[in-house]
Amino acid sequence: MIFKTATEMADALQSKEISSVELTQAHLDRIDSVDGDVKAFLYVDKEGALAQAAAVDADRAAGKDLSPLAGVPLALKDVLAQKGVPTTAGSRILEGWRPPYDSTVVSKLKDAGIIILGKTNMDEFAMGSSTENSGYGPTFNPWDLERTPGGSSGGSAAAVSAFEAPLAIGSDTGGSIRQPAALTGIVGVRPTYGAVSRYGLIAYSSSLDQAGPFGRTVLDTALLHEAIAGHDAHDATSIKSAVPAVVSAAKSGDVKGMKIGVIKQLQGEGYQKGVQSRFTESLDLLASLGAEIVEVDCPSFEYALAAYYLIAPSECSSNLARFDAMRYGLRTGDANGASAEAVMAATRDAGFGREVKRRIILGTYALSSGYYDAYYGSAQKIRTLIIQDYAKAFAQADVLVSPTAPTTAYKIGEKVDDPMAMYLGDVATIPVNLAGICGMSLPAGLADEDNLPVGFQIMAPAMQDQRLYQAGAALEAALNSKWGGALISKAPALGGAK
Amino acid sequence: MALTYDQVVAKYDPVLGLEVHVELNTESKMFCSCATTFGAEPNTQTCPVCLALPGALPVVNEKAIESTIKIGLALNCKIAPYSRFARKNYFYPDMPKNFQISQYDEPICYDGYVDVEIDTDEGPQQFRIEIERVHMEEDTGKSLHVGGATGRIHGADYSLLDYNRAGIPLVEIVTKIVPGTGKYAPEVAKAYVAELRDILRGLGVSDVKMEQGSLRCDANVSLKPAGSQVLGTRSETKNVNSLRSVERAIRGEMLRHAELLEKGEKVKQETRHFQEDTGLTRSGRSKEQAEDYRYFPDPDLVPVKPDAAWIETLRAALPERPSIRRKRLQEQWAVPDKEFAAMVNADVLGIVEATVLLGADPTKARTWWLGEISRIANDKSVAIDELSITPKDVAELIALVASGELTDKLARQVVEGVIAGEGTPAEVVAKRGIKVVNDDGALMAAIEKVCAAQAETAEKVRGGHLPAAGALIGAVMKETQGQADAAKVRELLLKYLGQ
Repeated sequence: MIFKTATEMADALQSKEISSVELTQAHLDRIDSVDGDVKAFLYVDKEGALAQAAAVDADRAAGKDLSPLAGVPLALKDVLAQKGVPTTAGSRILEGWRPPYDSTVVSKLKDAGIIILGKTNMDEFAMGSSTENSGYGPTFNPWDLERTPGGSSGGSAAAVSAFEAPLAIGSDTGGSIRQPAALTGIVGVRPTYGAVSRYGLIAYSSSLDQAGPFGRTVLDTALLHEAIAGHDAHDATSIKSAVPAVVSAAKSGDVKGMKIGVIKQLQGEGYQKGVQSRFTESLDLLASLGAEIVEVDCPSFEYALAAYYLIAPSECSSNLARFDAMRYGLRTGDANGASAEAVMAATRDAGFGREVKRRIILGTYALSSGYYDAYYGSAQKIRTLIIQDYAKAFAQADVLVSPTAPTTAYKIGEKVDDPMAMYLGDVATIPVNLAGICGMSLPAGLADEDNLPVGFQIMAPAMQDQRLYQAGAALEAALNSKWGGALISKAPALGGAK
Repeated sequence: MALTYDQVVAKYDPVLGLEVHVELNTESKMFCSCATTFGAEPNTQTCPVCLALPGALPVVNEKAIESTIKIGLALNCKIAPYSRFARKNYFYPDMPKNFQISQYDEPICYDGYVDVEIDTDEGPQQFRIEIERVHMEEDTGKSLHVGGATGRIHGADYSLLDYNRAGIPLVEIVTKIVPGTGKYAPEVAKAYVAELRDILRGLGVSDVKMEQGSLRCDANVSLKPAGSQVLGTRSETKNVNSLRSVERAIRGEMLRHAELLEKGEKVKQETRHFQEDTGLTRSGRSKEQAEDYRYFPDPDLVPVKPDAAWIETLRAALPERPSIRRKRLQEQWAVPDKEFAAMVNADVLGIVEATVLLGADPTKARTWWLGEISRIANDKSVAIDELSITPKDVAELIALVASGELTDKLARQVVEGVIAGEGTPAEVVAKRGIKVVNDDGALMAAIEKVCAAQAETAEKVRGGHLPAAGALIGAVMKETQGQADAAKVRELLLKYLGQ
């Protein structure tokens, strides 16, 4: 059962072929057998998950009206606060902290009866693209355990890819859902900014952060998307309009007459050969389904990476100031007579990792008086230009497409000492975040040179998330029929038999 | 020799700048739904948002925006159709997020003014205080530094943190520089803060209790040589927590600056703390190296865009301006200028008005509040509205005197009783058994006794020398333990002595 899709699991639960407790236990067993190798989870909440599953089973037995995914298990990125469950955002500075409240995403998951198996590994405070920046060690890519699963939501992506959970929640600030989805051969969606509440999502960069769903199919991902989206009065940036009809779009999966724009700037040089060929094949496939392929020009995208690495560090330098040892988390250097300032400094020195410190320093500098206009101010202007580029492009096309990441999964340690090389991996995903629009990555096959998954990215205007699913489902169906099954079924076996 | 104040103002022109922080009296905090009650047990009015727990987000309290717009309108400000919140970044243990959400270069209200009137040697004179901006921000928590000599963070054994105040809505009202007040600078500043307080009280947006910190004033003072166009270096005095202190602090800083300048020294640009006991300021943080707060627009909040029609609705509903109200009350009550000024100074206008509205005679109401009750408040060193006597009590008291049930003298005993917590005037009268002796028999007995004892004086009166009667009346009053009505005594006495 664990190798099925979430939709199939939901059907089996509904027909009482299996109970949620059994399904949850099966996933807990899978975690037991493979997570020693994958290390997707930072914390597995066995008791909580089973108790939640038992409650859903009881509700079902009582004939209560349940939501579509009720009883289906899920892995939760450790960036989201869950009441009573350790929540670290991958940082040592939050070791042992158990939130006294649920994030809105967690409340919605609980309300929908979705079983939270545990908290998944991530780059510390979501800063990174390989999950190697976790304060608790890296996560390994189920396709090749010597490689990274991408990041920062690497734990969530690996858990879904390794069949430890059929669904997962990630967060995407510069590509942190789409890029790991691409590198692990699954589907990941970054919803429109403001579509999913950020309340309880530990902030990295407030104007870019957005939680979103992972699944092994487009439809599974849509079901989870619909469960977590919606307006929330606790988040001032939350959008008030109705959630786009992503599930029905995923079910229809039609691209006939759809205009698909290929972004000139997001292909070619710097993109791995195998990535480029899978991307082109997918385009051909879409054209054969009746889509019209056009090329669009987004000249400002050249500056997107630079703008991102000013805006995100600036916001994080302020967002992370609250970790000061006064109220929660790590506290060190509190010897007799140590001043509050000394305790704060010692705690932040001990609790934050190198990449986090690098970005705090970068952001502090960028916001400093005398530098603000040149750095933060200019970056905001580029952001405006990127929004304008998208507006022009969406006037020519219904959705825009590109490879999700320039390369397939790289080896653990390969780029860890070269931040620029690591940052370049986000070149195709970052523009979506800067513009506040939505994007999806879905598997486009394996690269010829390394037999590793390649991601295909689809982008749509703000609050037009249903277009991602409509195009994504069509492409997925065409690819599956070409391959004779889902790509994920080609993933190497881990631990137990498949 | 240090210069006297008169010498200082002859030689130098003071320039003022006043920043007033007002705690709004909204039921909930600026960015969360926590209660704002003053004096609650530490850390009982907190939540994930105001404790800055990881993941928590601020959401603006609409009521605070409404109150701030009302303040701006009352101060003749323009209301910005678009304004934003920014983050002011610095580390301090009682600031949970280690940044304060405040408005920076885009305040919600700007360019206003307040006119104040003070008594000068040439009679009443009006000064216009221009308002630079009115903006919203959140308060910090409170630190209590335990141990150490100074009560400051340095040298303390440990510190206790109370986050109840963290996130209480604050409005900051900043003046433009105020030149041209000359020797009246301290009085103008005091009158401005008093006027602000009255305006805010009239709007009902704040408790405006300086002693509880719901209205706090920072006073910037600098001196320039008389006639010069070049501004001197300013000091910023914080912790000025009463109207009287505003006046004292500014006068003190003017003297201190002049003394430095006379010695050829420089005034340091710094923050100073007002010491209530000495009336002097002590040096705080030096501001010569300006701190870099790395302000930037708060990405967790959306711009404030108040609807123009709504602003007009608020403008139309503004209460009467305090200066207009004062003119109206003075006319209605027919109070001479000097007495009216005394009422304003003693801050009893509101309380007298409330008493009059309960049916009391304006002159009587004023006399009670400004006289006996003010005296008791002074003796106890408390504000008049902190005494447990209400306008209703005073109105009742005045009615009892008017009906002859109490004499003025007895009424004073009743006031004492009310303030001592013995109940309403009627209850005090009953409990203490106070009553006017109106029984002619008892009074006549006392009169006969007194006239016998002071036969010589009684003879003078009988002979037509009426002023001598005063002594006899006094003696009779004493004889009756003050419970007699003096007028009645006089009438009976004169009759008895054939007058």
